[in-house]
Amino acid sequence: MQDTHTTFARPEGLTDVVTHYCPGCTHGVIHRLVAEVLVELGLRERTVGVAPVGCSVLAYNYFNTDFLESPHGRAPALATGFKRLRPDLIVFTYQGDGDLASIGMAEIIHAANRGEKFTTIFVNNAIYGMTGGQMAPTTLPGQVTSTCPFGRDTQTTGMPIRMVELLATLGTPSYLERVAVHSPAHIIRAKQAIKKAFAYQKEGRCFSLVEVLSTCPTNWGITPTEATQWLDANLKAYFPLGIFKQPEGLK
Amino acid sequence: MAKILMKGNEAIAEAALRAGANNYFCYPITPQTEVAEYLAKRMPDFGGVFLQAESEIAVGNMLFGAASTGKRVFTSSSSPGISLMQEALSYMAGAHLPVVILNIMRGGPGLGGILPAQSDYFQATKGGGHGDYRILVLAPSTLQEAVDLTMLAFHLADKYRNPAMIIGDGMIGQMMEPVEFPEKYIESDLPAKTWAATGASGRKPLIIKSLFLDPYALERNNIALKEKYDQMQREEVRFELYKTNAKNRILIVSYGTMARICQTAIDALESEGISVGLFRPISVYPFPHSQLREEASRANIETVLTIEMSMGQMLEDVERAVAERKPVKFFGRTGGIVPSPEEVTEEIRKLLDPKPAPMKSRKG
Amino acid sequence: MPGVVIDKNHCKGCELCVKACPQKILSMSREITLRGYFYAQMHDPSRCIGCRICAITCPDAAISVHHHGQMYLLFEY
Repeated sequence: MQDTHTTFARPEGLTDVVTHYCPGCTHGVIHRLVAEVLVELGLRERTVGVAPVGCSVLAYNYFNTDFLESPHGRAPALATGFKRLRPDLIVFTYQGDGDLASIGMAEIIHAANRGEKFTTIFVNNAIYGMTGGQMAPTTLPGQVTSTCPFGRDTQTTGMPIRMVELLATLGTPSYLERVAVHSPAHIIRAKQAIKKAFAYQKEGRCFSLVEVLSTCPTNWGITPTEATQWLDANLKAYFPLGIFKQPEGLK
Repeated sequence: MAKILMKGNEAIAEAALRAGANNYFCYPITPQTEVAEYLAKRMPDFGGVFLQAESEIAVGNMLFGAASTGKRVFTSSSSPGISLMQEALSYMAGAHLPVVILNIMRGGPGLGGILPAQSDYFQATKGGGHGDYRILVLAPSTLQEAVDLTMLAFHLADKYRNPAMIIGDGMIGQMMEPVEFPEKYIESDLPAKTWAATGASGRKPLIIKSLFLDPYALERNNIALKEKYDQMQREEVRFELYKTNAKNRILIVSYGTMARICQTAIDALESEGISVGLFRPISVYPFPHSQLREEASRANIETVLTIEMSMGQMLEDVERAVAERKPVKFFGRTGGIVPSPEEVTEEIRKLLDPKPAPMKSRKG
Repeated sequence: MPGVVIDKNHCKGCELCVKACPQKILSMSREITLRGYFYAQMHDPSRCIGCRICAITCPDAAISVHHHGQMYLLFEY
C-alpha cells in the first residue's frame, strides 16, 4: 500500500462552514489565502480579525480566529483601539470598497498615517456587492451599476479612487501592494503579498495593506469565468498591480 | 489623603486613572479639552495608551476595539462630539462592551455654544443611537462627586458590560474645587472577563458582535439587554434630598450644578421662612421614578418645579414620575445661560404667590 | 499518482476550476448537490499531474490534492 500524501488541503485557519458568498466570488479565495498565511506564519492562535459591513460581514463565521464586528467603515478605528492595547496580538481588517474607500475613507487614511501596526486586506471589486450592485468609489467610468444605470458619468461622480496610490503619498512608512486573484498565477502572487503584509506585522514594523482586485460575477451580471476575463481586461488597466510602498523606503 | 484644588476636567481625568482606566482616546472639543491635555501629560505615569483620533466617530470606534481587549477604556467629549459617537455606543451596547464616556455638556442644538447647558439629557438617557438600548448615566453636582461617580462608573460599566456615561456641564468641567482621591481604590469583585478577545489559543474562537441576522437570536439579545436594564433599575438608582421636610410647599427637581444653584436659592428662602425642598437625581438613567413619586406625593407639596439648563428634558421624566398627582412646572434657561440663585428664588416666589402681571405703560 | 477530491458540500458549481485545469480533466456533473449546484468532478483521473491549480483557484476551498508515492511539486505555494 503506497503512502498517501496531501499536497493541498483546506487550511486549518478556515472553519468548515459553507460560505454564503456567490459561486465564483473571489472573497472565498482571499479568505483562504489569509487563513493559509496565518497558519504558515504560526499566527492563527493570536490573531483577532475585524469584520466589515459588506459581503464579508459574516467573515467571522469563516475564520478560526477571534473576531470583532465593526460598524461600516470603522474597522481601522477598531483595529487601532485593539492593537494599541494588545500589540502582542495580530490584528487584521478585511474590508470591501464601500467600507474602506467610501464611508471609511477617514479611518483608513488616518490609521495608515499614524502607522498603526495592523494589516488591512482591501477587496476591490469596483461595486457594492452586499446591497445589490451599486456604484462604488472604485467603479470604472462607463461601468453600469444599479445607481449609475447609464454607466458611471465622471462629470458628475468623478473618477475612481486608487487607494494604494493615495495611501502611498503619506509620509509614514508602510507596506502597500496591489494584487489580483482572477487567475492561478495572480493568486499565487497575491498570497506572497499577503504573507509579506502579515510578516511585517509579526515584526511590528509598520502598517500594511494589500488591495486585491476581485470579481463580483453576480453584480457584474456575468459568469465567474467571464468575470475573471473582465477583470483582466478592464480593472487591471485602471488599477495597476505592484508594490507601491515598502517600509524600506524604496518603491 | 490630602485635598487638592483641581479643575473639574482634570479631576475627572485623574479619577479615571485611579480607577485603573489608563486607555484614553479623544478628540479636542470645548469645554472639555483639558481632560485630553491633562491625560496627555499624565498617562505615561500610568503606562497606558493616549491617542488623539481624527474625529469623534473614530474615537467611538476605537473604544469598541479597545474595550474588546477587556481593559478599562474611556473618552471625554462634549455634546456635538457625543452625537458622533452614538453609532459606536449603539454597537457597544449591542455587543455588551463596557466603556465610560464623559460628556461635558454645552449649548445646542447644532454647533450651539460653548457655555454650560443640560440639553443632552434626552440623548444620554433615551438611547441617543439606534435600537433598544440604554446607557447608565450619572450626573455629579460637585467636583468631589464627579471624582467619586467617575470611579464608580468604571465599576458599573464592567458589572453590567454596558456603556456608562457621566454628564457634567461646562461648569463641572471648568470650575476648581478641592477634591480628594482614595488612598487605595477598592471595589467589590467583578466576574472575570472571559468574553474578551485574546486570540483563539487553546479555545474556540469568540466573536464580539451586535449582528444577529436571525430575528429570534436578535430578540434574545434584546431581552438579555433588557434584563440588565431592569437590574440597573433595581440596584443603581441614586438620588439625594436637600432640606425636604413636612413644611415644604414646593419640591424642586434639579440635577448637576443647577441643583447647587437651587440649594443656594433654597437656603436664601429658608432665612425668609419659606420652606422649599430639593430632589436631586444622581442617576438619571435609571431615573428615580418611584422615589420621586413618593416625595412629590406628600400632602404638603403644592407644586413640583423642575429646573434645568435646557428647554425641558428631564421635565418629561419628572412628569411621568409625578403622574399628575401634583402640578409640575418648569423653569429653565438655555443657550449657555446659567440661572442665578435670584432667578430661581424669583420663580419660586411667583409660584407661591402669583401676582397679576403688571400693567404695561403705553411706552412699553 | 496524484488525484483530487472535490467536496460536494462546499462546491458551488462556479466552474473556475474547469477553466483553470491545464490538463482539461475537470468538468461539471449532471447531478446537483443538496444545495442545488452542479458540482465539479474529474472525468479523467489518469491524466492528473497534481499541479494543485484547481485547488488554488477554488473560492470555496472545496478541493484537496493528494498523491501516492513520489511527487515533485513544480512551484511553491
